[in-house]
Amino acid sequence: MGRYVARRLLVAIPTLIAISFVMYAILALAPIDPLSQFGVDPRVPPETRERIREALGLNQPWPIRYVKWITAMVQGDFGVSFMSRSSVSDLIWQRLPNTLAVVGVAYVVGVLIAMPAGIVSAVRRNSAMDHVISSAAYVGFSVPTFFTGILLIIIFSIKLRWLGFIYDSTLKVTDVPSLIEQLKQSIMPISVLGLFDAAVLTRYVRASLLENLPLDYVRTAHAKGLGERVVVLRHALRNSLIPVVTLIALGVPTVFGGAIVTEQIFRVPGIGELLVTSIGTGDTPVVASVVMIFAALVVGFNLLADVLYAVLDPRIRYS
Amino acid sequence: MGTRYWYKAFAVAAISGLVLAACAQGGPAATTAPTAAATATAAPTVASARGTGGDLKILYWQAPTILNPHQATGTKDNDASRLMIEPIAAWGPDGKPFPVLAAEVPTVENGGVTKDLKTVTWKLKSGVKWSDGSAFSADDAAFTYTYQCDPKSATSTDGGCADVASVTAPNATTLVVTYKNPQPFFWLWGVGTSYGVLQKTQFSGCVGEKAKDCPANLKPIGTGPYKLREFKPGDVVLYDLNENYRDPNKPFFKSVTFKGGGDAPSAARAVCQTGDIDFGWNLQVEAAVLRPMVEAADSKCAVSPQFGVLERIHINFADPSASLGAKRSEPDTKHPFFSDINVRKAVAMAANRTAVAEQLYGKYGGVPVCNVVVIPESFVSKNTASLDTCKYDLVAAEKLLQDNGWVKGADGVRAKGGVRLEITYQTSTNAVRQKTQDIIKADLEKIGFKVTLKNAPASTFFTNTSPDGANKFFADLEEFASGQEPDPYGTLLGYTCDERAGSANNWNKGNYSRYCNPEYDKQFQIVRTETDPAKRQAAAVAANDILIKDAVVIPLVNRVAPTADGASKLLKGHQTSAFDSSLWDIANWSK
Repeated sequence: MGRYVARRLLVAIPTLIAISFVMYAILALAPIDPLSQFGVDPRVPPETRERIREALGLNQPWPIRYVKWITAMVQGDFGVSFMSRSSVSDLIWQRLPNTLAVVGVAYVVGVLIAMPAGIVSAVRRNSAMDHVISSAAYVGFSVPTFFTGILLIIIFSIKLRWLGFIYDSTLKVTDVPSLIEQLKQSIMPISVLGLFDAAVLTRYVRASLLENLPLDYVRTAHAKGLGERVVVLRHALRNSLIPVVTLIALGVPTVFGGAIVTEQIFRVPGIGELLVTSIGTGDTPVVASVVMIFAALVVGFNLLADVLYAVLDPRIRYS
Repeated sequence: MGTRYWYKAFAVAAISGLVLAACAQGGPAATTAPTAAATATAAPTVASARGTGGDLKILYWQAPTILNPHQATGTKDNDASRLMIEPIAAWGPDGKPFPVLAAEVPTVENGGVTKDLKTVTWKLKSGVKWSDGSAFSADDAAFTYTYQCDPKSATSTDGGCADVASVTAPNATTLVVTYKNPQPFFWLWGVGTSYGVLQKTQFSGCVGEKAKDCPANLKPIGTGPYKLREFKPGDVVLYDLNENYRDPNKPFFKSVTFKGGGDAPSAARAVCQTGDIDFGWNLQVEAAVLRPMVEAADSKCAVSPQFGVLERIHINFADPSASLGAKRSEPDTKHPFFSDINVRKAVAMAANRTAVAEQLYGKYGGVPVCNVVVIPESFVSKNTASLDTCKYDLVAAEKLLQDNGWVKGADGVRAKGGVRLEITYQTSTNAVRQKTQDIIKADLEKIGFKVTLKNAPASTFFTNTSPDGANKFFADLEEFASGQEPDPYGTLLGYTCDERAGSANNWNKGNYSRYCNPEYDKQFQIVRTETDPAKRQAAAVAANDILIKDAVVIPLVNRVAPTADGASKLLKGHQTSAFDSSLWDIANWSK
């Protein structure tokens, strides 16, 4: 196993380099220009634009810029944002807590809803409960988050006036009232994302459990006289969870990537929002760093998922 | 496992690419440049004590990323810095300077400006302090000039530097600005958003190449009514009242929260419907959505628009045909049919600017206009309304084409000598602009043009590098907007022969139409050099009229300036100036 992990990690290096090259090439060749921010502002004449372009280092050919960037990146220097002139790692650190507080919590909520819902729905297959859960999952899966987000804002913020929809990233949770404030401002984005995640996962849990329930080992467990609860939770569920756990592990990087649309709607200053704004403004250093971190996480969690597979299922051996 | 692994790696790269491509569609709307203005009449003073108000909540749907106005990349940055960093004078609502750090505005009459219009002497207020308690002096302003105009500082505000010979501080309250040539617009250096005064002590180590990564860019010390508490770039700025502010009764609010991000429609909801926000910037929302929100019985907001941003269509005088290869759209090429003034005039006569203004912009968005110079009032031409190029008349347009030999073919498209009236009409991606395109296209097709519409995201449209950009103008018509300054020089410059954009100047210059007319250049030279205000004004009007008569540009809408801001009905003391930042008078605001 140790050798296997080591080999996978070594393979990851050329993979990441290839990703970084493709990504940087796309960014460099795309016609997005950071100076387009000035629009046709008559106060910023052409000479000024050229000087700024030079100060940003954009007058160098992109392969040189790529080599400079990747060299610094390897040493842990993510570069400086074109727009804020502050270090990209500062920007990411500022935003990570917001993303974890909203997207991360939503993911946990999603898993916590999906597990029981999927189990109930599989065990009581074709019952009214199963129909309700399956239909809800189907709807949740089909309706896009930008729609549910705006719907919640219109109902709870504008009609009922219960919740605000402008996320305050400076709020520090120190006591009960501030915790309530935090819950009030994050409950809508968490619900939107959590219910979406839950809808996706519920279907997997249900399908996977349904595959296992008719199998011989489950019948044997029943025949041994074990109770329904033990049979389902200890025997069938454990085996059904193998693909689900992999799926959950593979989904974790998306948490760090933020929820691009939802963060934008609720003004949560997270990583996703940073990525979108930076793409719009042609802030290459920020886009490149965020995409690379995301790529590294995906590669890492892929490995983790494969390792978990072996841990959960003793039949699988890597050598 | 190798294959599967590589497949996954490829998927990651592909997805990243897709995300990039998808997101590039949603670039920010083009920001237009507000320019500066100041009133002779002070904003209404409110009898209120300093710091008795709570927190003032401001919402911008573009988030500030830097707080040094000279390194700003957009209005959001300029405005967020304006609470701290002040210019010598602001541009008031009447298009005249309004003293801020200055004690009075220099004029020829009061002796502040020399007769040759080359030297301007500003008297500054005494006893002004920086928010850190140290004394402000004219030396700081002179230093700001050094910082701003050093080419290595690569500031975004150095546009005025070329005309300035020197800025010196003979004593603590006197600042002397000397221009290289007689400067009819002698308030050029020092007034408005581009001229925020930095503290010499804080920025002296940041001149030249060090300007770029200077930590002070994110936490500047200023003389303004508020000082910085916390700044998260791209998210939020928190300010506290500046105890050292020069007016002992101001500001009213104890603190300010300046939140950025999101979108314009929900910002409008936050100001007008929920009242969570006191001031919402640039509520660029379609008229049909914004108006009911603002005018509802329980509306919590008011919008008091000023106008001064010109939305217009440029006609390409160069030949954009792809078959020309490298010569495409170069100034020395000639457009196959727009070189015929009758075709240009027909396009102008088919532009229904009233429909565009009323249906798409509404009273909070803009008014129809048929001039190139739209502010300030004294420079606006009164001669154009009666011109045929300003009247929407499809019958006359058709007749004009018919009489000049442009005859309709079997498919309804007019042609002459094998040249068909087929045009591509481009703009930046934006719902209102695309609907404008639809209105114009429908009318053009009625009179025998074939129109292909095209749009590109703002991040690839407003740039000299993109083939889809406004600068290269690989199309026949293009539409966008830009703000206007208190002086028409900058606006008129963009139609002179020397300014024609082409590969020789890296597509950087401002005459995207590649229009060149010695008669126009003659009037422009008068605007540039004439020291007699009346003659200069007449020349500016004449230049404007040439552009309209010659159908060079089709003005559509005089849009709200600087932006359509929504203010809470509870907010008092707020006055809009079309020539300066939305927050130019924030020291006066109260509730």
